[in-house]
Amino acid sequence: MSAKTKEPDPKILVFSSNAISDPGIDLAGSAHMHYSTAVQVIPLPCSSGVKPDWVVHALEAGFEGVFIAACGGDCAYLSDCTERTSALIKSAQDKLKERDISPKRLKMSGLCSVCADNFVSHMGKFQGELKKLEAK
Amino acid sequence: MALKRRIGVFVCHCGGNISDHVDVEKVVAGVEGEPGVAVARTHMFTCSDSSQQEMIDQIVDEKLDGLVVASCSPKLHMFTFRGMSERAGLNPYQYVHVNLREQCSWAHTDDKGGATEKGIHLVRAGIAKCALTRPLHALRVETQPRALVVGAGIAGMRAALALADMGLAVFLVEREPEAGGWALQAGKMGPEAQHGPDVAARLGSRIAAHDNIMLYTGAELIEKSGSIGDFNVKVRVSDEDVVDLNVGAIVVATGFDTYQPREGEYGWGLDGVVDLKTFRQMMADGKLEHGGKALRDVVFLYCVGSRQSKSEACPAPNTYCSRYCCTAGTFAATTLHALEETLDQTVNQYHLYRDIRTYGHLEMVYEQARREGALFVRWDPENPPVVEQGDDRLCVKTVDTLAGSDTLEIGADLVVLVTGMRPRENDQLNSVLKIPESKDGFYNEIHIKLRPVETVIDGVFIAGASQGPKTLAESVASSLAAVAKAGGLLMKGYVDLEPLIAKIDTDKCTWCDACLKACPYGAIEKTVCGDKEVALVIASMCKGEGGCVPVCPHDAIDIEGFRDDQIRAMIDASLKEAVV
Repeated sequence: MSAKTKEPDPKILVFSSNAISDPGIDLAGSAHMHYSTAVQVIPLPCSSGVKPDWVVHALEAGFEGVFIAACGGDCAYLSDCTERTSALIKSAQDKLKERDISPKRLKMSGLCSVCADNFVSHMGKFQGELKKLEAK
Repeated sequence: MALKRRIGVFVCHCGGNISDHVDVEKVVAGVEGEPGVAVARTHMFTCSDSSQQEMIDQIVDEKLDGLVVASCSPKLHMFTFRGMSERAGLNPYQYVHVNLREQCSWAHTDDKGGATEKGIHLVRAGIAKCALTRPLHALRVETQPRALVVGAGIAGMRAALALADMGLAVFLVEREPEAGGWALQAGKMGPEAQHGPDVAARLGSRIAAHDNIMLYTGAELIEKSGSIGDFNVKVRVSDEDVVDLNVGAIVVATGFDTYQPREGEYGWGLDGVVDLKTFRQMMADGKLEHGGKALRDVVFLYCVGSRQSKSEACPAPNTYCSRYCCTAGTFAATTLHALEETLDQTVNQYHLYRDIRTYGHLEMVYEQARREGALFVRWDPENPPVVEQGDDRLCVKTVDTLAGSDTLEIGADLVVLVTGMRPRENDQLNSVLKIPESKDGFYNEIHIKLRPVETVIDGVFIAGASQGPKTLAESVASSLAAVAKAGGLLMKGYVDLEPLIAKIDTDKCTWCDACLKACPYGAIEKTVCGDKEVALVIASMCKGEGGCVPVCPHDAIDIEGFRDDQIRAMIDASLKEAVV
């Protein structure tokens, strides 16, 4: 999937959370589950702390998609982490629309500390969607 | 700013785990010209003693003020390299870890060129972050050599004794009038046939005789202030007195509640339908009869209140397995069999189960029950058993999924519902301690495998079934794990708190109180700075999760280590073209 082709894979920036989703992404690597080398991760303490402006900055700077690997219901810090992360996603999407950037370039999903399969699946699907967006 | 820094970059081969799939020499070549990089080189194993010493020498000789190590996941060696940095005289928070193994080489074993290019991007991002680090210092807090244990069931009593044996003063608070918890009502408990009230009494005697333990019964925790190492708590005793206590750590062992079936659920409410607790008491009383008639046929129905699916009748299902019920039900089978022999009475036992989860050596209890004649019938959750009132006794209809599709009709003098565990209702305590709960309603640990008894409230630990369904043995093991963490904290005498917490830009802050509302930990206060009101972060209360960051309308909050300028710099550095 990630072997070099004529058309490079869309660059995806993933914001993960140190205690929950980042170990899940680690697990995908530990299991040698392949995903595109165009996927790069920046870990944060919690997905509720992602600033919408970072999403905008990443897409304006050159990433083609941003994926927030949220803590979801497993968050050890905030019982309403999912709601908070959803709220900042909406805020970021509003900012993207203002800049005429497709809000489809931003995705979020809860990812647990053993959700390796899910992560790889999400990356594959998201890249497919981004390729369709590029083709339009 | 970056040009003034002197950063050392060390890329690990990890024996081949990294360098087999990432050309680490090309990574070094791709980053050595980055602004601020003074040294860049590879090591076969950066975590080895010899490599660490070489890195320490280079930090000293080259007068490095920043360090990037690109190796395995930070979950493995972040603290190793923080320690190394300290030994080299470098502030440990000016070291940045890059995950080049789990999130690069191992995930891209099929594309060495792509993985190498990605590796360059990852390390550049680490360098960009490192260039913006500043020295941070852990907040050192002295710990008081006293502990509070909430809940005097078996897990709580065991925790209190273990902490007291370490020489710590322990305050043990129990809401009920008597210590002992569910064990007081358990009768004989599997698998060793210990008598619950006797176990509780033995522990109670030791507690009463221990100089270091003060037990408060009929008592509730009503207030908590302070932070790790130095909590001030108020305990209301017998609805009258309020006791002020000062403790360094809190262990919460509040246990569980048993599931209460809904009216009509598996015949609940019909004469002769009882729960396991009632049946255990019947056996403890030594009488196998109901309504004046000797028992001939008893049906045990498992998974009542556990592993539920959402339905109209059950809008908030308990989806978890309660773990102890299969052992408790099969142990009741063996206890009943022994009593039959004592009373010279024959009772036919039918155990209707979904899956028998008598794991580990508990399987022997199940085997014994089968050997002694108990019949086990498996049912399908799509077609659960139905309990009805027959002409003269109860009738249970079920389909044995292992024997065909015919419906069995079992006449029963007694139906025993083997009910599961529920989270304890502790509204008062929850409002005081603010421990996050899982979606199941039990207290949530930080990490189920890596930090299984710690909560996000520093200094507050969870033990036993307050955290989730457990057998008694598992509860005690968890309780002693909490003791190890709490005891270790208090015996050391101090604790260093991570400085990676929120920081307010007082120039931007206008005290709109959005951060105050966003923080569930009470870590934000209003203060005066110059001639205006601004937010103040209470360092010992802040968890550093960053929930306050995106809600600030003035962009006035950063989390140290994850500051706005650092994240933007990482994004930019990740996108610079890398030639492989």
